[in-house]
Amino acid sequence: MSLKYVTPAERFKRYLPKDYVELVDFGPFGKTQEEAGPGNMGQFKELMEEHPMCSGCWMAYYIRLIFASLPCPEETVTLGTAGCGRLAISQAAVPFIYGNYGDQNAMASGLTRAFRLRFPDKQKDVITIAGDGGTMDIGFSMTMHSWIRGERFTTIMLDNEVYGNTGGQSSGMSPKGAVLKMAPMGKDFEKMPATELAKAAGCVYIVRMSPTNIKQAAKVIRRAIFVAREVGPTFIHAYTSCNIEYSIPTEDVFADAIELGRGRFKFDEYMTDEAKIVIERVEGEEKAARKARKASKAEAVN
Amino acid sequence: MSAITRPVLNKKQVEMNHLLHEAPREKHFITGAQAMAEAVKRANVDMAIAYPITPQSEVMHLVGDVFAQGHIKEYYRAEEELGTMSAIAGASRAGIRLFTATSGPGLLRGLEAIVSWPGHRVPAVLGILTRVVNAPLSIQPDNIEMAYMMHCGAVMLHAENQQDTFDFTLAAFAIAEKVDVYIPVAVATEGFFVTHAKGYVNMMSEDLVYKEFDPVASPVPAMDNETPPARIQRDAPVQKSNFMSYLIHSVWQQEIWDSNSRAMKYIYEYLGGPIEVQNPGSDVMILASGCAAAQAREAHRYAQEDGLSVGFVKVRAIRPFPRDEIREALKTAKTVIVPEHNIIGWLCTEVKAAIPNGGIVHEGPRVFGGMTLPVELIMFEIYEALGIEHKMKL
Repeated sequence: MSLKYVTPAERFKRYLPKDYVELVDFGPFGKTQEEAGPGNMGQFKELMEEHPMCSGCWMAYYIRLIFASLPCPEETVTLGTAGCGRLAISQAAVPFIYGNYGDQNAMASGLTRAFRLRFPDKQKDVITIAGDGGTMDIGFSMTMHSWIRGERFTTIMLDNEVYGNTGGQSSGMSPKGAVLKMAPMGKDFEKMPATELAKAAGCVYIVRMSPTNIKQAAKVIRRAIFVAREVGPTFIHAYTSCNIEYSIPTEDVFADAIELGRGRFKFDEYMTDEAKIVIERVEGEEKAARKARKASKAEAVN
Repeated sequence: MSAITRPVLNKKQVEMNHLLHEAPREKHFITGAQAMAEAVKRANVDMAIAYPITPQSEVMHLVGDVFAQGHIKEYYRAEEELGTMSAIAGASRAGIRLFTATSGPGLLRGLEAIVSWPGHRVPAVLGILTRVVNAPLSIQPDNIEMAYMMHCGAVMLHAENQQDTFDFTLAAFAIAEKVDVYIPVAVATEGFFVTHAKGYVNMMSEDLVYKEFDPVASPVPAMDNETPPARIQRDAPVQKSNFMSYLIHSVWQQEIWDSNSRAMKYIYEYLGGPIEVQNPGSDVMILASGCAAAQAREAHRYAQEDGLSVGFVKVRAIRPFPRDEIREALKTAKTVIVPEHNIIGWLCTEVKAAIPNGGIVHEGPRVFGGMTLPVELIMFEIYEALGIEHKMKL
């Protein structure tokens, strides 16, 4: 139903907004990653294009990447909360649910269960995308308990180590010593161990990273979604700097992301044996399908 | 996997009018908590989400049993009330029928999510089994929490007894899901006095259920990537500008309160109207809702025995507030007595504002902290109002 649901009747197309028609004709719905994925961003109609984020915002780049990496955008629903991220996420061409403060994982728990109840034979991908404040401070209890209950959806934390949208206040994920608003003498306790908490709470696939390598970041997003479909809660902790509040010159944003990727955001991937089986199976199937497509293409040329 | 398997039930789906008005009923002697759970059993609920708080817990235990018996498809205990109420909001987006219940402090903990349900167009049913709001700590019945619920746009019904609790809860699902309403309905009744006490309840067979939830018949279709219109347009209008955000918020909230008003016709259809009046035109009118209405009813009976000019108004609907109906019922009254189970007198304030001569509304009697409301307290006010000599002391 879902691919059909986004596709308008041919004769109705001329009455629809151009943006909508282009999304259906040249967007990623029903397409493979080679046709419309992170590898050719800029060459197809992307799910996220315009956004009101600041110049040089690394979070905007990562959100764009998340949407380009979705295994099945026409079956995906995203949820988020207050923060810079939702300004962009809400403008992606995927249903987005915005509730109250930090409640994204509680809402996703209800939503995921309700989807399984209504569509037992279908896979609906539910992803919460929220900032460090929304995920680890105000939403902490709801985040942790969704993992403890083993809710099968993906949690992505956009960690810019600060409350960017409300004007630069210190968060639980800010590094110790950072002088920020509401921490005028410097933050006096350590950055919260988010991935360790996720592990203790029962997440079955966990990655901490600074997403500077597009291919690797896309692979992680897809793995997290595949595993959440079948096994349990998955968590991506991604560094998405705030160049405004941390005063990073726009031209140095990428260098900063590389540097933190060698430091406190050093790539770390954890998966349970069950998650590993799913990843190997799905990636094996994808590889075989790619090979088959290549072969049929070569045959067509010959 | 759970070791307990749930039976698959084959029940007959019917319209709400058939359930409430046509299906034969049998008399049972049950508690208010049982009455609420029995209503949920017949409401064809898809998912119920529970979190304990006294005195509500009994309701959601019983709803858990109803789930285990196969009457509900999904049930779980959430982490706390904000998590519960947020999960209800999330699950609602998938287009299913939902129920939860809470009490006093639990309602306030979940309030951030609950008061956004109308704006999110969540047609869920919420049981409020009233309780003191701390401090000092008390778990006793006092309906002060209802005052916090009155301004969010939700429909609110207040049940007098076990029978009301059953009927109101069942009707609430139909009212909430009407296309021209489509906002949550809260069904309140007093904790302990009703939830833990038994009364006679006439119930239809549990083989009958309300027809299944229709996710298409909605002014705000489910976000399930199945129900048109497709939501792939990238336009977050609220974020376009402050001007757009003012405009959209204001028209949206107006629509919610209009939806709230439109619920009134269904309160007539299913529950016979928002108020019950006895002896209209009397000099003294006792007006009450919920459990206080049971005591007011008794005081009214005493007054009839004494041959006094006393009438009785029971208010079933707190939102939409039956302003016109109350005006009509009180138009010739000289004094209005409003007994309540809370310290602020929220019903008294509402009545005063609803009639042109608010000065005739007497403040109280009120009990709070969970105290019982003796009929004598109301009689005292009646005697005082009518200038009848009496020997009662307070």
